Amino acid sequence: MQPIIIVRLRDKAEQAVHHIVGKSGHHLGNMRMQPSPNNQIEMLRQMQTIRRFEERASDDFHAGDIYGVVHCYIGEEAVAVGVCSALERDDRITSTHRGHGHCIAKGADLNRMMAELYGRETGYCKGKGGSMHIADFSIGMLGANGIVAGGIPIVTGAGLAAQLDGNGGVAVSFFGDGASNAGPFHESINIAAKWKLPMLYICENNLHSANTPASKTLALEDVAARAAGYGIPGVIVDGNDVMAVHDAATIAVARARAGEGPTLIECKTYRQSGHTERLEAYEHRTSEEIDLWKKKDPITQFANNLIQREGQLSEADWKQMDDEILQAIQASVDFAKASPFPKPESALDDIFAQ
Amino acid sequence: MPIQVLMPALSPTMTEGTLAKWLKGEGDSVASGDIIAEIETDKATMEIEAVEEGIVGRILIAEGTEGVPVNTPIAMLLEEGEDDSALGDVILAPPEVETSPEPAPQATPALVIAPALAPSLAEPEWTGETVDTTVRDALRDAMAEEMRAEDKVFLMGEEVAQYQGAYKISQGLLEEFGDRRVVDTPITEHGFAGIGVGAAYMGLRPIIEFMTFNFAMQAMDQIINSASKTLYMSGGQMGCPIVFRGPNGAASRVGAQHSQCYASWYAHCPGLKVVAPYSAADAKGLLKSAIRDPNPIIFLENEILYGQSFPVPVDDDWTVPIGKAKVLREGSDVTILAFSIMVGKALEAAEALAAEGISAEVVDLRSLRPLDIDTIVKSVKKTNRVVSCEEGWPFAGIGSEIAAIVMEHAFDWLDAPVARVAGLDVPLPYAANLEKLALPQTDHITEAAKSVCYRS
Repeated sequence: MQPIIIVRLRDKAEQAVHHIVGKSGHHLGNMRMQPSPNNQIEMLRQMQTIRRFEERASDDFHAGDIYGVVHCYIGEEAVAVGVCSALERDDRITSTHRGHGHCIAKGADLNRMMAELYGRETGYCKGKGGSMHIADFSIGMLGANGIVAGGIPIVTGAGLAAQLDGNGGVAVSFFGDGASNAGPFHESINIAAKWKLPMLYICENNLHSANTPASKTLALEDVAARAAGYGIPGVIVDGNDVMAVHDAATIAVARARAGEGPTLIECKTYRQSGHTERLEAYEHRTSEEIDLWKKKDPITQFANNLIQREGQLSEADWKQMDDEILQAIQASVDFAKASPFPKPESALDDIFAQ
Repeated sequence: MPIQVLMPALSPTMTEGTLAKWLKGEGDSVASGDIIAEIETDKATMEIEAVEEGIVGRILIAEGTEGVPVNTPIAMLLEEGEDDSALGDVILAPPEVETSPEPAPQATPALVIAPALAPSLAEPEWTGETVDTTVRDALRDAMAEEMRAEDKVFLMGEEVAQYQGAYKISQGLLEEFGDRRVVDTPITEHGFAGIGVGAAYMGLRPIIEFMTFNFAMQAMDQIINSASKTLYMSGGQMGCPIVFRGPNGAASRVGAQHSQCYASWYAHCPGLKVVAPYSAADAKGLLKSAIRDPNPIIFLENEILYGQSFPVPVDDDWTVPIGKAKVLREGSDVTILAFSIMVGKALEAAEALAAEGISAEVVDLRSLRPLDIDTIVKSVKKTNRVVSCEEGWPFAGIGSEIAAIVMEHAFDWLDAPVARVAGLDVPLPYAANLEKLALPQTDHITEAAKSVCYRS
């Protein structure tokens, strides 16, 4: 059985080289794949785009323009961007009910996303899917999924397809701490481990399974420890540190492409917003806890780091970037609102492929 | 006040008819219940009774007039003490017949909808060579031929490779195609069904074998929520070309959890095609069609049929279209509809009925979704009586759907209510005598057929 591996990242003493150590403390290796400055700027842009998209989706939900459910990812953006920045366009992902971030990080079009939330014909799913079912096959986004753990077997099948194709493709499953208690998680990881499928299992442990503290439902403190049960590496990483997530994903991607099988990465993070957008929602979490995590906001941390420590970004650049993002979000809302609702007869389309 | 007699409707679908004959003339007195006229449609003839007493004051529609719209006044009755003058205001000409009553364009798909009566698919009769083959071998041959023809087709499931299938359906496949395409899985249906779904999204053509469909309950979320809905939910971006196959229904003495018919469960869901063949030829031809189909297919086999032999066409490219029923035995008195193992019992019942002078038509449905409504309705219009047969439970079963469809499409032709033969509405008991009691047998079908023929 392999030890649980912790990637110790952002080590100030050894900026250029990060140690991979076993839980027992012994040194397993070094790695450093620092993205170029432009990539880091782009990663920040994606994170802020997710943030602004969801803030707008939330506003428009409460204004009554968007219906149904909107599950915001605010506070977890470093996970989607950190992982997807380690992937190629042809690599496949599945997402969850909280899927906007994964879509944007994989390169989805904001206009078609917003139009889908608005239930319009121009949306990704022609208005028939909604927030929880956005998919973009062309960028390897095989779908958000309204069933907890529902996407895990599916993307494992994409991993099997990649293995059979033999073209070096990788498949990535995003899921939450709650899904790691569900059967499909265990069934899929067991198969992926046994067949050495090119997979990343990314657990976004935001400390709460919907409205129940994860500590009340997880038998272990660390989801990553479950990897030991399947003989694969289990990695714990600061999920609010996009570079830490990126580096952990990069190692796992290299392992997967080399035919060495799956890796389970647990990203410790936090959902700053409620489980779902709802008027006067009951919040079971304490304001102290929420405030504590807001101080560790992944975007603020990353932006500050790029401005202060790395010197890659000026305050003015950051402001300008945010303005551009807000304009793009406004454009997506304008696009959605200007788009027609689906034609009534389209209700009967796409039941069967011809 | 004179009473108007209106052109009656013989059925909810009737819009017009012929006033064939007047049995009373002007000036004749009528009592309530007297027959005053005969009405004909292309489907039936009916006599009109007077509901009130009086005198026929005026006949407004002449005998022999065709195309009289329903609810047109056809005569006026005078009440006691009234005379002709009371008819003064009555317009004698029949009201203008509304020409070409085009239905208004429907803006939205109807929620109350009878399934459309699509024409039956073409299925050329096989006249070439056949060879007697078991259902087991026919299924294997179908998979092997399709795997030879298309590299994307692969088989995955419990014990399908090394053990060659729990019921030996995949004999020889591992040897021919290797472990890349014939894949043993853990006993984790949700996981491997979902993996099949993901592989299908990626354009592969998985065949997922369930050791039995009872265990596919574990995989229901992936079958319904993922496989059947994704094409629709993704706005047509991603389809799921996958076959889920395995034995369905009761085997023999294996108890309630291993003995369930899932036909109506799956047939309920839009986005799935559901197939349940009886003969080896249909098993082969339909499985080949299923593997080639770009949609998720539920392919329901039957353990007891696996060892039965039937003539199978000798042709690697021969297929049976999904959605096409087959009349296995022509008859004129009653239509017996069945699928899978019940077809054999229906044929036995037809033989027994023939001995009693009842001519039964046996239709093998073969596909449950899409259901070949056209073939069913044609048969019902011929025999006017229907018995549906299934092993599953009666409530909301395939028979319930058939009853509704026959009512919607052939109400006027029915001479008896649709009879449903189904499993007893209990979990299948283990004891041999109770199990036999709970499963529909040939005798149940003959009894049902006789009852709809009003024979004892």
